[in-house]
This record gives sequence, structure tokens and C-alpha cells, in this order.
Amino acid sequence: MATTVETKVPKNEPLFGKKERVLLTDPLLDNNPITIQVLGVCSALAVTSLVYPSLVMAVAVVFVCAFSSLVTSLLRNAIPKAVRLIVQLVIIATLVTLVNEALKAINYPVYKQLSVYIGLIITNCIVMGRLEAFAMANKPWRSFLDGVGNGLGYGLILVVVGAIREIFGKGTLFAGSPIVMRFIGPGEEYIIDTATANQWGSSYFGWYANNNLMVMSVAAMFVIAVLIWWQRSRNPKLVDIS
Amino acid sequence: MSTKYIYTFALIMTVLVALLLAGSKVMLGPVAEKNEDIFNKRQILEAISGPLEKAGKSVADLTDQEVLDIFEQQVQQAVVMADGETVEGKNAIEVDMAQERKKDESERFYPVYEVALDGSKYYIFSVRGSGLWDAIWGNVALQDDMNTVAGVSFDHAGETPGLGAEIKDNTKWKSQFAGKKIYDNGKYVSVNVRKGGAIDMEHEVDGLSGATVTADGVSDMLYKGLKAYEPYMKEVGNGSSK
Repeated sequence: MATTVETKVPKNEPLFGKKERVLLTDPLLDNNPITIQVLGVCSALAVTSLVYPSLVMAVAVVFVCAFSSLVTSLLRNAIPKAVRLIVQLVIIATLVTLVNEALKAINYPVYKQLSVYIGLIITNCIVMGRLEAFAMANKPWRSFLDGVGNGLGYGLILVVVGAIREIFGKGTLFAGSPIVMRFIGPGEEYIIDTATANQWGSSYFGWYANNNLMVMSVAAMFVIAVLIWWQRSRNPKLVDIS
Repeated sequence: MSTKYIYTFALIMTVLVALLLAGSKVMLGPVAEKNEDIFNKRQILEAISGPLEKAGKSVADLTDQEVLDIFEQQVQQAVVMADGETVEGKNAIEVDMAQERKKDESERFYPVYEVALDGSKYYIFSVRGSGLWDAIWGNVALQDDMNTVAGVSFDHAGETPGLGAEIKDNTKWKSQFAGKKIYDNGKYVSVNVRKGGAIDMEHEVDGLSGATVTADGVSDMLYKGLKAYEPYMKEVGNGSSK
């Protein structure tokens, strides 16, 4: 589980030293918020039926996680301890509302598709967990990197799960975006073509019938569970962590 | 830290956050509104995607500007009441079907879009009903005989992906609606979604496996929704509905 990490940074330490790199890369694999800490699973089940919305969701969480960590860390000595959770929540909620408004203006169809899940980033345990466990006790730059790292760790799982579910559930990749591709599914000839792909397209693997189970939320549960198993079987040290 | 400090901190934070959010809303609001407008109009045009395709335009490939242009040049909007009376000074696109559904039936406004395309005329009507989990809604395009369906578009608030959500995603299923008749020898019958496959090819389409409740919701929505337009259809079609 997340623990409070207190580190003292000497004045002459480089801006992007070894410790900073660990902050970025550790959450990607060995301390992944979803597969190791098992946080943020709700949205990981809900938004990963297609890759493109997963990607947008990942970007949104990276943004919220990074900047809420930065702001919290900047204010860490000024925040009254008695109301610190409320203050953290206000910071997160503000950023999430900004993301929501921005997405509405930038890409309305994806905003419609993600619907409440952008707003629900507020309740994503990863974000608040990092503020409470790291940003409240560390300097701004490191907190920012920690936020980016954890957001990326979350996003990585989201996109991987989204890709698996979309290929086997719909036979496509990046459906809904300008670069939609069709890989497998009913049809006669192989097509990677924007114009025809979102119609009843066709491919070499025409014998494959789309697996409706993969489109439903439960499939994300299986896929994430398999990822967790795979990761732990490769690195037995991780088994006892969570 | 004193209570006074906490109060001051909370006050300053709230004011700053409020200003920031208000600012973002003022700046991004108009863009978001425009996007929503285009999104809604695109969904309405989707109902005549068949005829549009014959005219060499695919709804998915229309640019935002083209959608607005079609609405500007080829679409006549009207708002009618359940008794067939036209309401003056109101644009169809402004009618919020979710709000109308809460009103008494005799007080509801119904949007009508009259599209001139390649010398033929299409009438698009909006309908709204209930699926399995939440609201479903859609647009039905009729040819100018006020009897033959030219196409449909559906959307939903929360149907299950891969099952009920197919009413929106499954283009092949939706294409069945084109050519169906809503009148049987002058008697209003609407278009029915039949579980197990259409029997009456004039007025029925195949059901969706695993989505019986949603499909029944569609049948119900079409029956009640189009019936509300009956007086208007009679008036425009010179009472010639066969």
C-alpha cells in the first residue's frame, strides 16, 4: 500500500537525477497503482471498452494527478492540518472541473462517451492517495513527477486493457478517433482504412465473430486480473506487497 | 494553527477557486455550446444517412462546418404540438426532448426537421423513451409520403455496451428500418422490433439478441413518439397517408 515517503533533497542534486527517474518509472510497473496497489479500478472497468476514450481518460488523470500534486506540495506548509483532506479535495475537484470543461470544448463526442467518468476522477483513490502519501511531505518538483508517474501507471493499464478489449470485442483499434483501424471481424478483405472501417468492414480474419463479452465491463475484470497474475508470476517479490 | 487561520485559508481558497472556474466557464462555454449544437445536429442528420450517402456524403465524414451548412441551407425547422398546430417563433433544435417528456402530453413541443435533398423531401421527427437502464432517444426520418421510413438514429444514456447499446452502435441493425412503413392500409402501426426476427417485413425489424428490453423500449418509443406527430403528418401529407 502507499506509504509516506520522506526524502531530503540536497541543494546541489540534479533536476533529473536517479531518484526522480525512479519516481516516474516505479509506478509504471513495480508499484503500479492499478495492478499492485489495486486503486482506481472502478474507472478502469468502466471506460476501457475502447482504446480512444481510455487514452483520453489517461491523459486527464495524468494532468489531474500531476498538477494536484504540484499545487498541494506548494501549499503543504500553509494547509491547516485539520482541514487538509478538504483542501486536497477542493484542489482535485477544481482541476477535474477544468479538464471537464476543456474536454467539452476540445472533443465533444469523447466527452459524451466518457460522460460521468471524467467527473469521477475526483473520487479516484490514486489522486488523493498520492497527495496524502507523497505531495504533503515532499518538494514541488518531486511531487509533480510522482503525480505524472502514477497517472502514467494508471493510464498504461487503461490503454493496454482498452486495446485488448477493443480488438477482441469490436475487431477495431482507436474507433471513434480519426485513425480508426479494423483488424479482425466479419468480411472478405483486409482493410485499414478510415472511410470504410467504421462501417460493416471486413478483414482477413473474417471468420472471427466479435466477442460481446469483451465489450462488457466484466471483461476488464478478467483482463486486469490476468495482468496482475502475469506481473506477479514474473516478479515473485511483488506477491506480498499488497 | 488557530481557527481564524483556518477560516481565512478556506475563504481565500474558495474565492480563488470560484474565480478560476468561473473564468474557465466564460472562456470555454461558448465553444462547448457550439460543439454540443454540432453534435446534436449530426445525430439528427444521421437519420437520413441513407439518402445522404446517395448524394455522395457520409455523415461520419462531414466536417463540422458542413453539418452547420446543411442545417442552414437545406433544413427547415418547425415545432408542432400534439394537435398538429405549428408553434411560431421557436426553433426545433431548441426543443429539449427530456424536458418535454415531463410535461403533460397536450402541452409538449415536438421538433420537426424538413430536409430538402436532391429534389426529394424528408421529415425528421424526434422520439424519446426508456431502455433497460435509462433513457433512450432517437430521430426518425420519413419520406414525404409520411409513411415510408428513410432512416433512423438512436442514442442512449446507459444501455449495456455490446447488448442494448447496439441500438446506437450497430449500423447494420439500424439499416433495417429504411423502407419500412408506419401505416398499414391507413391504420397507424409504427415499426415494431420483433424478438426472434421480423415476420411482417413491411412493419417489423429483427430484434437484438441479448437486448430484448431495450428493443421493446425502441418499439414503444417509436409507437408513442411517432403517434404524437400523426396530426401534423396528416396536415402536411394532405391527409394522404395510406
